[in-house]
Amino acid sequence: MCTVCGCGTSGHHHSHGGGVIDFGKGVAAMHVPGLSHERTISIERGILAKNDALAQANRARLCAADVFALNLVSSPGSGKTSLLVRTIVDLKKRRPILVIEGDQQTSRDADRIRAAGAPAVQLNTGKGCHLDAHMVSHALDEVTLIPGSLLFIENVGNLVCPAAFDLGEAHKVVVLSVTEGEDKPLKYPDMFAAADLMLLNKSDLLPYLEFDMDACLAAATRINPYMDILLVSARTGFGLEKFYDWIEAGASGRRVFQKDPRASVSQQTLGLVESANT
Amino acid sequence: MHEMSILESIIELVDDEHRKQSFGKVRMIRIRVGALAAAEPESLRFCFEVIASGTIANGARLEIETVCGAGWCPGCCRNVALTERYGACPECGNTRVCMTAGDELQLAEIEVE
Repeated sequence: MCTVCGCGTSGHHHSHGGGVIDFGKGVAAMHVPGLSHERTISIERGILAKNDALAQANRARLCAADVFALNLVSSPGSGKTSLLVRTIVDLKKRRPILVIEGDQQTSRDADRIRAAGAPAVQLNTGKGCHLDAHMVSHALDEVTLIPGSLLFIENVGNLVCPAAFDLGEAHKVVVLSVTEGEDKPLKYPDMFAAADLMLLNKSDLLPYLEFDMDACLAAATRINPYMDILLVSARTGFGLEKFYDWIEAGASGRRVFQKDPRASVSQQTLGLVESANT
Repeated sequence: MHEMSILESIIELVDDEHRKQSFGKVRMIRIRVGALAAAEPESLRFCFEVIASGTIANGARLEIETVCGAGWCPGCCRNVALTERYGACPECGNTRVCMTAGDELQLAEIEVE
């Protein structure tokens, strides 16, 4: 029985073996008692209230255990897993790292993470398009929460649904690769509005693309003027030290907002393009 | 298809209510969905029957109340209509309009017997 949500055995499939929890196989089954007279009951509750309550419970649990959790969100193919693998290799000596991997199916990503040297729980969502706080609460049961550690939750690759579901993380980090359109923040605003950091990944490809960085930065800051922005490359390691500093500042409770993220990313972009042309 | 999880959450809330109050059958579920909320009324209607079957809400009717988008424009100092999330003010073009309505995703009431 789940101690967080109180779910029993019916309607829940809990596979606690092999580090894979599959929420795609459950079927809701409920009991209908005898009839009574007709009436209207006013409820007036937020539909996602249950998820939000579970997310708060996860947040309290992570906070009590001194675990700094980031929820990584993006469209499929932005390089979230590669970014995580690189981060694990670079940071595992500094802090213990845990990973919760969300995918519709397969444990391929969790296998990559484990190969990089971090324990990983694979959450398969089945028909679901996002992780929710309930799934994450079960994944937290599967790992040892070591004080001072970092927890990366890699959400299902989807720029729409994961925005609405709080998991109990400290921050959402949205990854946008420069091979995608620069207008993505305007087309999928919810995710960029919900994120505290935007990582512009695949910076090594900038010299070969017609990516309008200034338009992208303008779009992102229009949707969310308070979001930090970093230009990185999971392949070359460009900009990752700044990402690690951002993580370290957050994990030790001294997050400093960037003064003018647009100017510095714009400058870096020019530098990358110019050095490739000479 | 996160409309399916939204519907599952609605059924869970109805089930919560069922545990608190005794009723036999749910005839109608009325939800309030903002025009700018992350849920499509058409998809909600489409999936409802499947998600409700076998639950306390089996056979219930889903009624959706739509709430129009609106926001407070700091430029005009008044409420303006919003047709997209984080959209600009239709009057003065200010992009810092603070959404005040249209984001709703609520279970309003249920009719039971």
